[in-house]
Amino acid sequence: MATTAPYSEPTAETAAHLDQIWHTPHTLYGRLATVDHKIIGIRYLVTSFVFLALGGLEAAAMRAQLAQPNLHLLSPEAYNQIFTMHGTTMIFWYAAPILSGFSNYLWPLLLGSRDMALPRVNALSYWLFLFSGIFLYSSALVGQMPDRGWFAYAPMTELRYSPALNMDFYALALLFLTISTTVGSINFLVTMLKMRAPGMSINRMPIMIWSTATISLSVLFALPSLSAACTFLFFDRRLAMHFFDSAQGGSPLLWQHLFWIFGHPWVYIVVLPAMGMASMMIPTFCRRPLAGHTYVVMATIMTGLIGFGVWVHHMFATGLPPMAMSFFSAASLTIVIPSAVTVFAWIATLWDSKPVMRTPMLFLLGFVVLFVIGGVSGVMTAALPFDWQLTDTYFVVAHLHYVLIGINLFPVVAAVYYWFPKMTGRMMSERLGRWNFWVMFIGFNLGFFPMHISGLLGMPRRIYTYGGGLGWDVANLVTSIGAYVFAIGVLLFFINVIVSRRTGAVAGDNPWDGGTLEWSVSSPPPEYNFLVIPTVRSREPLWEDRLGSAQRSSIREGPTLAEGRETVGTTPLDAELARVLTMPEDSLLPLALALVTLVLFYGLLLQAWWVAGVAAFGVYIVLNIWLWPKATEPLSEEG
Amino acid sequence: MAASIGIDSRHLLPASTREHPPGWWAMVCLIITEGALFAYFLFSYFYLESMAPQWPPNNLPELKLAGPNTVILIASSFVIWWAARGIAVGQQMRLRIGLLITAIMGVVFLIIQSREYASLKFTASSHAYGSLFITITAFHFAHVVVGVLMILTTELRAWLGHFTAHRHLAVTNTVLYWHFVDIVWLFVFTALYLTPRIWGHS
Repeated sequence: MATTAPYSEPTAETAAHLDQIWHTPHTLYGRLATVDHKIIGIRYLVTSFVFLALGGLEAAAMRAQLAQPNLHLLSPEAYNQIFTMHGTTMIFWYAAPILSGFSNYLWPLLLGSRDMALPRVNALSYWLFLFSGIFLYSSALVGQMPDRGWFAYAPMTELRYSPALNMDFYALALLFLTISTTVGSINFLVTMLKMRAPGMSINRMPIMIWSTATISLSVLFALPSLSAACTFLFFDRRLAMHFFDSAQGGSPLLWQHLFWIFGHPWVYIVVLPAMGMASMMIPTFCRRPLAGHTYVVMATIMTGLIGFGVWVHHMFATGLPPMAMSFFSAASLTIVIPSAVTVFAWIATLWDSKPVMRTPMLFLLGFVVLFVIGGVSGVMTAALPFDWQLTDTYFVVAHLHYVLIGINLFPVVAAVYYWFPKMTGRMMSERLGRWNFWVMFIGFNLGFFPMHISGLLGMPRRIYTYGGGLGWDVANLVTSIGAYVFAIGVLLFFINVIVSRRTGAVAGDNPWDGGTLEWSVSSPPPEYNFLVIPTVRSREPLWEDRLGSAQRSSIREGPTLAEGRETVGTTPLDAELARVLTMPEDSLLPLALALVTLVLFYGLLLQAWWVAGVAAFGVYIVLNIWLWPKATEPLSEEG
Repeated sequence: MAASIGIDSRHLLPASTREHPPGWWAMVCLIITEGALFAYFLFSYFYLESMAPQWPPNNLPELKLAGPNTVILIASSFVIWWAARGIAVGQQMRLRIGLLITAIMGVVFLIIQSREYASLKFTASSHAYGSLFITITAFHFAHVVVGVLMILTTELRAWLGHFTAHRHLAVTNTVLYWHFVDIVWLFVFTALYLTPRIWGHS
C-alpha cells in the first residue's frame, strides 16, 4: 500500500493541468459528446422533472374531469389514454430516472472518484432514456397513446381488442427503456465495486451507495421479466403468437405474473435510493452519524430481497390457490420489518439530537409521516380479506400515491434543496422553501387522503365519470381541490429552482456542514472532481475531528494522477489500490448508438422489418467502433 | 508532457494486480441479467405447461438434430477455453486457431438449428407452445449470432496482435459470453427437449 508515501502538495499548476485534461468544451460537440457524470446527472434530473410535469398535467386533466359527477370534459377514450400515460410516465420515466440522476451526479463525489466506471455507458443510458421517452410521447402525435392502464393487463391489450398502435407504443417504449435502465444499473454496480477511494472498505460506504447498489442488482434480476412480458405482448400482437391467448393454450395470467415479478421489486427500486438519500440528509441536520448504520444497510438489502417474494399480492383477486396466497400475504407483511428498522433508525437519530429545521429537513419529516401512512395502508391491503374488498378501488390509488409521492417525491425535493448548492454553487430560497413545503404537504394530504374514503365507499379506479348521489361527490371535489393545491406546491418548487439558480446566496463548499466527501470539493465541483484522490478512513471523513476518530482520512494529500485522464481502481471489498484506470474521452458514440436504437424501435413499431434490420446492423457497427482500441492506447498494459 | 507536474502519481502506485478490471465486471453483470431473461422465458414455458391438458400439443420435439447440435455447442466451450489458456501464456497462434474453430462450430450450430426450424410441424402462431418454443430458441439463436460476431471481431484483433499474456480483456469477455451462451442452451435444451420426455403428458 502506498498510502503513507510522501505525496507532495498539489500546486495550482496541477489544478490547471487537470482542468485542461478533463474539460468538456462548451460547443455543440462538447454538449453532445460529454461523458461528465455531473452533466449527465443534471440532465437526468431535468429530463425526469419534465416527465413529472407531463404526468402532472395529465393528472390535472383527470382531476378536472372527476371533480364533479357526470362531467364530460374528456371522452372515455381520452380518459383511458390520459390515466395510462399518467401512470406509465410517473412510474417509469420519472420515479426511477430521477434517482438515477442523483446517483449519477453524486456517486463519484461520494466515492472520491473522478468519474463513473463506464462514462460512455453513462452517457448512453441517458440518451436511451431520453429517446425512449420521446418514442413514448410520439404516440400523442398520432393520437394513439397507450390506453390500457400502466400495468396493461392481457387480454385487453391483445390485437383483437386493441387494433391500433397504442399498445405497440407501450410494449416497445418499455423495452427501449429497459435497455437504458439495465446499462445504467450495470454501471452503478461496477462503479461500486471498482471506483471507491482507497480505504473506503464496504463498511465505510455511504448509505446512498448501498441503496442504489441494492436496487441496481434488483434491476438485473427483475427487469428481464418486464422485457419478457413486453416481448411476448409485441409478438402476440404483431407476429400472431399466443402467449396470452387462452383459446390457444396461452394465459392472460402469464402477463400478470411476469409484470408483477418485475413490478414489485420495481416499487423498491423507486423508493430505496430515496430512502438512502434521506439516510444521508437526516444525520447532517441532526449533527450526528446515522443511528444503526449497519442495521439500515441490512434492512436495505433485506427489502431488496423480500421485494422479489411478494408479487402475488397484486393478484389476490385472480383466483389463485389459498396456500399460495397465504404465503405471499405473509411475505408481504414481513417486508414491514426492514422498513420499520429504517424508520426507527431515523427516529433514533432525531431523538438523540437537536435537528436543524431547514427546508430539506421539513420535507424529510413530511416524508416520514407519509411513509408511515402509506405503510399502514399497505399492511391493510396485504391482508387477504381486506384486499378482496378494496382491490381496484380508490383505496389502492390512495395507498400507492402515499407510497410513491411520500417516499419518492418528498425525499427527492429534499435532496434537490440539499444538493442544489453543490450542483450550482448557490442556496435555494429558504423562505420560498417553507411555502413550498407547506403547500405541497397540505395539498397532498387534502388531495389523497379522501381517496381512502371514496375507496372504502366503493368507488372503482379508472372510471372516467360517475353518477351523483353515490356518496362520492364531496370526497372527489376535495381530492380535485387538493390535487391542484399540490400542483401549485410543485410549481413553487420549480420556481425556487429557477430563481435560486441566478439569485441564490453563494453556498461555499459545505453549506450544511455535511460529513461525506462531496462536501470537500468546491461548489460546483471542478470537472475532475478531486484534485487529489482521497484516502478514506471513516464513514464521515469531514467529521473526524468532531467525532474524535482514531484514524484520519487524507483529503488534501494523495495521488494527483495529472498525466492523463485517469483515476484509481480499487479492490471490491477492502478498496485497496489496484490499478490506475485510464478514462475515456468525450465521444459521440453513445449518442450515435442511442439514435440507431431509436430507428430500430420505430422500425419495429411500423413493422418495417428491413428498417429494423438495417438499424440492428448499425448497432453492430457502432458497438465495434466503440470497443475497438484507440491507436494511442498502450497495448502492453493490462486492461 | 506532464512529467514535471504529476510528480507524485504513477510511480508511487503499485503496478496493476490480478484484480478484475471494470470491463470484466460489466460482462458478469450483463450475463446475470441475460440469464435472468432466459429464466423468465423458461418460467413462462413451465407455467403454461402446468395449465395445459396436453404438452406438447402434438409430437415430442425430436432429438435427431438437437442432440448432436447440443454436443457441438458444449464442445465449442472447451475449444474456446483452450484458446484462452493459450493467450494467458502468450501463445498467439493457439488463440487464433482456437477462436476460429469455435466460430466455425458456432456457425455449424446455427445451420443445424435452421434445419431444425425447417423440419418443425408447427409455427409460432400454431399455439402457445409453438410461440414459446420458437421465441425461446430464436432468442438463443440470436445470442449465438452475437457470440459468433464477438468471436470473429476478437479473431481479427488476435491477428492484428492486440493481445498479450497480460492484456486480453476482450478475449476474456468473449470467452465468458460464449460459455454463457452454451450453458444457457443446456437449460433451454433440457426444458424444451428432455422434460416433456420425463413428465410430459400426451
